[in-house]
Amino acid sequence: MKPLLSLQDVSLNLGGVQALSHVTLSIQTGEQVALIGANGSGKSTLLRLLNGLHQSNQGHVQLASCRQAMLFQRPHMLRTSSLNNVALGLWLDRSLHLNWKACKTRALEALSLVGLSGVKFQNAATLSGGQQQRLALARAWVRAPQLLFLDEPTASLDPPAKREIEALVHQLIKPDGQETPITLVFASHNLGQVKRWASRVIYVEQGRILADLPTADFFNADCLKQHSQQAFLFLQGETP
Amino acid sequence: MNTLTDSALTAFQLITSFDAGLLAIAGRSLGVSATACLIACVLGIALGAFLGVSKFTGRGLVLTLLNTFLALPSVVVGLVIYLLLSRTGPLGFLGWLFQFKAMVLAQVVLVLPVAAALSRQLVEDAEAAHGEQWRSLGAGNAVRCILLAWNERFALLTVVVACFGRAISEVGAVMIVGGNIEGFTRVMTTAIALETSKGDLPMALALGIVLLAIVGCLNVVLAWFRQWQDRHQQTGQNGLRGWVA
Repeated sequence: MKPLLSLQDVSLNLGGVQALSHVTLSIQTGEQVALIGANGSGKSTLLRLLNGLHQSNQGHVQLASCRQAMLFQRPHMLRTSSLNNVALGLWLDRSLHLNWKACKTRALEALSLVGLSGVKFQNAATLSGGQQQRLALARAWVRAPQLLFLDEPTASLDPPAKREIEALVHQLIKPDGQETPITLVFASHNLGQVKRWASRVIYVEQGRILADLPTADFFNADCLKQHSQQAFLFLQGETP
Repeated sequence: MNTLTDSALTAFQLITSFDAGLLAIAGRSLGVSATACLIACVLGIALGAFLGVSKFTGRGLVLTLLNTFLALPSVVVGLVIYLLLSRTGPLGFLGWLFQFKAMVLAQVVLVLPVAAALSRQLVEDAEAAHGEQWRSLGAGNAVRCILLAWNERFALLTVVVACFGRAISEVGAVMIVGGNIEGFTRVMTTAIALETSKGDLPMALALGIVLLAIVGCLNVVLAWFRQWQDRHQQTGQNGLRGWVA
């Protein structure tokens, strides 16, 4: 089966820094892949490369041709209403050929799904961090993505906001009545979140993939130790 | 009483009596500078936003040139425009020399680099901070130019005021290309220079006060607008169904 995304021996140099080195990986439709690693390990760079935001210097990259969306740790909202922000996110996907009115109608539905109908005319830049992340999720949701990238989406949120976002993401990746879940690739430091969302875990260190295992195997100490001593040590450091 | 207080009193009388000559010069000044500022800001902000978002070969050279033009002496601009518009110059056929249009053109050339350089910095910072989020949503260079510049609209207002200040306070270029013709191309700065050289200090002082008052009023309006914006940002209220916040 042809993978949805694949990288073959890909390296990336950003401003003189070797951000990724000889990365090879493929992701199938419906997989939920977690990228974990220390700060500066290259997981966010890998995520951006997979989303097409970075161009590799070496190797072969096959990007997904399906509809996709990405959530960032700190979403940027324009100084306009929440409704306009979500509608604009949809309007920018010109493959959908939607006019502004249709975009707004769908944006209203998305706002209702994330529980932000009450602030639809409020300046999005004045919303709280949790609300802005929900709004970003609505902006992603409204595009009906088949592939979703998340870059530490709950890292800067308090526990209640984190729980809200997690519940919404869960709802988004496994919509009711849909056989195949949305393909999810996310970077996270939250191991609980990784256990809850991921079917596969990739450990990245200094721009290299050092472990790529199913979630159950990754969190099995013996199995992980056998595959990657570095990943094992990282996990020991992260686990209380 | 000394010359300064005498002049100040006479200047005050000229202003409060709405002296026709004074009002005509002030009106002409405002007309020239507002027109030049409008044209320069539209072109300059578009150019600045484009430079803030785009990456292309030779961009560094363009930015160096742009920053160099920030320090253009107004008399040099006046001289170049004069040569271009003079009867034997390449733009002589336009017949603009010693007219309102020539003064506007000279001020546009002076102010455009200011508008472009300042807006470029604003948009480039916004692009560095948020550009990739909009790229991930599918926004190309042109769309990001518009979105980020629009998002920085309040900061760009300061750029507009700075441009207007540069235009209205400039004397060298308009003196050369306008000729300081009474009733036609005499503006506040050229009139101040002339009246001072003639020894008519009250008129020069009155014009100086009007000039200061105009710039002062602009800054008051801008400060008020900023306060209004901050208040609305805090309360999260939105005007015009959300597009202007």
